[in-house]
Amino acid sequence: MHTLTHLNELESEAIYVLREVAAQFERPVILFSGGKDSIVLTHLAHKAFYPLRIPFPLLHIDTGHNFQETLDYRDALVERLGATLIVGSVQESIDTGRVKEETGYNASRNKLQTTTLLDAIEKYKFDAAVGGARRDEEKARAKERFFSHRDEFGQWDPKNQRPELWNIFNGKKNIGEHFRVFPISNWTEMDVWQYIYKEGVEMPSIYFTHERDAFFRDGQWLAAEPCMKLKPGETVERKQVRCRTIGDISCTGLTLSRATSLEEIIDEIAATRVTERGGRADDKRSETAMEDRKISGYF
Amino acid sequence: MEKTDTSGYLDMELLRFTTAGSVDDGKSTLIGRLLYDSKSIFEDQLEAVEIASRRGGNDEVNLALLTDGLRSEREQGITIDVAYRYFATPRRKFIIADTPGHVQYTRNMVTGASTADLAIILIDARNGVLEQTLRHSYIAALLGIQHVVVCVNKMDLVDFSREVFEETRARYLDIAAKLRLDSVTFLPLSAKLGDNVVSASTRMPWYAGPTLMELLETIPVNHRVNEQESRLPVQYVIRPISDKFHDFRGYSGRLAGGVLKKGDPVTVYPSGQRSTVAAITRHDQELDEAFAPESITVQLADDVDVSRGDLLAGGEPPLVAREITLMICWFNERPLRPGNRYIIMQATRETIGVVTAILHVVNVNTLESESGKESLQINDIARVALKTAKPLAFDPYAKNRVTGSLIFVDPDTFETVGGGMIEGV
Repeated sequence: MHTLTHLNELESEAIYVLREVAAQFERPVILFSGGKDSIVLTHLAHKAFYPLRIPFPLLHIDTGHNFQETLDYRDALVERLGATLIVGSVQESIDTGRVKEETGYNASRNKLQTTTLLDAIEKYKFDAAVGGARRDEEKARAKERFFSHRDEFGQWDPKNQRPELWNIFNGKKNIGEHFRVFPISNWTEMDVWQYIYKEGVEMPSIYFTHERDAFFRDGQWLAAEPCMKLKPGETVERKQVRCRTIGDISCTGLTLSRATSLEEIIDEIAATRVTERGGRADDKRSETAMEDRKISGYF
Repeated sequence: MEKTDTSGYLDMELLRFTTAGSVDDGKSTLIGRLLYDSKSIFEDQLEAVEIASRRGGNDEVNLALLTDGLRSEREQGITIDVAYRYFATPRRKFIIADTPGHVQYTRNMVTGASTADLAIILIDARNGVLEQTLRHSYIAALLGIQHVVVCVNKMDLVDFSREVFEETRARYLDIAAKLRLDSVTFLPLSAKLGDNVVSASTRMPWYAGPTLMELLETIPVNHRVNEQESRLPVQYVIRPISDKFHDFRGYSGRLAGGVLKKGDPVTVYPSGQRSTVAAITRHDQELDEAFAPESITVQLADDVDVSRGDLLAGGEPPLVAREITLMICWFNERPLRPGNRYIIMQATRETIGVVTAILHVVNVNTLESESGKESLQINDIARVALKTAKPLAFDPYAKNRVTGSLIFVDPDTFETVGGGMIEGV
């Protein structure tokens, strides 16, 4: 009797979902943030359609507050895969008055991304936005479908989701509606890193330990970049850190770490006692912060 | 720092299981215990649950809050939707489809069971086998789950009595026989105190079997690979326009059964054209053979007409028909009436179908059949006759879960309104 390993089975499932997207939708797009999950997603899409190029573009919602390493990595990847990149700019949404920027010390552009994302979906008439969200990340995401329906306002109705049986994915919708699709729903943080290790996927340098100017706020280290305002009493220190999850600079917690290789990252995660989103300021705003953002159309 | 064996973690097996039982049976406590004792709950999650428990007026930490993620679930203290949970031990990775056990949520139980290899059925030791036990077991059997693990929980409240356990077991064996469940295992446990969940109970020396965790780690994961047949529902045709791959025409899909080897003769269904497998690829690798459920791309030796929705099959042939009988679970407020048209999605095929007759409705609480029904209501389970516009190529569900299952989509709202398990022609 032949059984697949868990990584082979998860890969096979994700590739199956990606091919369903290509078959069922006219204008799909991959949501690419430069984080590890969207990197794995793009790697899977490359494998799913080979020797065809990935038959959909990548969309990066750029908050304007990105780590430079992420942008460099993104551009190199797009060139290597021969993929098309579309950038949706949060700065532009602010400049044109579509959104109003938060003020204060904890101001973040995280929430503003939703408007920029929905505007891009409407502008390019995307009917499926494929993302790297995982069910193990957060409790509202644990209830998410692989094919998740969004109404014409881009909203999620968590209590009224279509049942999803076996591996039959129903991507049918009315004009103006769209789907969010999550091929790596069943992967955990550990699976993602093991897969990166097994496949030898190249990663942005900020996932590995490096020295960086950082400051301590609300129980975590944050990057002392120009877009961050220091409170009185907060001081900048040079620290040996790495990112465990990458978002906008304003909400990406830094982990004190000496992990220089994928093996060391995997060991570190195996021994850790805090979830990866434990370092995400955007989730700490309230008990249902993620559910609220998802309902209004967030990733 | 705890050191892990990185290479060892790369080739674990995957076990998908579902849990059935009501809140009162201690289901959430059991899941919380499995997650907690396997160190899959992190400090920040525990802290969040402790805060939420205090806010809800609980003195003890309410582990149910770990699984109930939506605001209204937390407010009402119920599980509305299927929640997926993950944990791993050094031996296996587990995916739990946690489904609410209340009667109106049959739809969620069916959904959770549809991808599971194993079902945990919880019984409160004080109450024994109840109507809902029968319902949960019936759904597990209907959805073709291979293994059922009956957990007789709350043994601490019956003085860890062997008699209580044996009596429940005897009563359940009657159900198992009726439902033709062939792999049933019984465990006495206390999820609250942890007895026989991860560590063996010292209070039930009369029980010599494995703990629940040991059982989950060792029970055979059988992907029903029948080596006598191969099934590849075609998802997508890959035709690159480039000089390097000028003649490449690949049929991609996930193997839904069996083994496919290079050189194998295959037939395209429903058209019946024949060819042989010229190449099997996974990304840029050429393979001599592939196993279910691998996602692959196949090239054929002949120029035959193949498109999405076709089934490439070798070995024992599938059935091809436009009129079939199936078991159906109805999920929607709008009732099913014979004569209504639905979009039918089966494997990668799509067509229009009409239910021509409701043969009988199953009362899931008594397992009795009721005939003469003119419509199906939400949560009804029934045997029906279906006629489709285009022929379907399939296997009976009992033989193949992928080629034997289908869903009903409402052509007006595009909602998924029913799930079907094909019996035959």
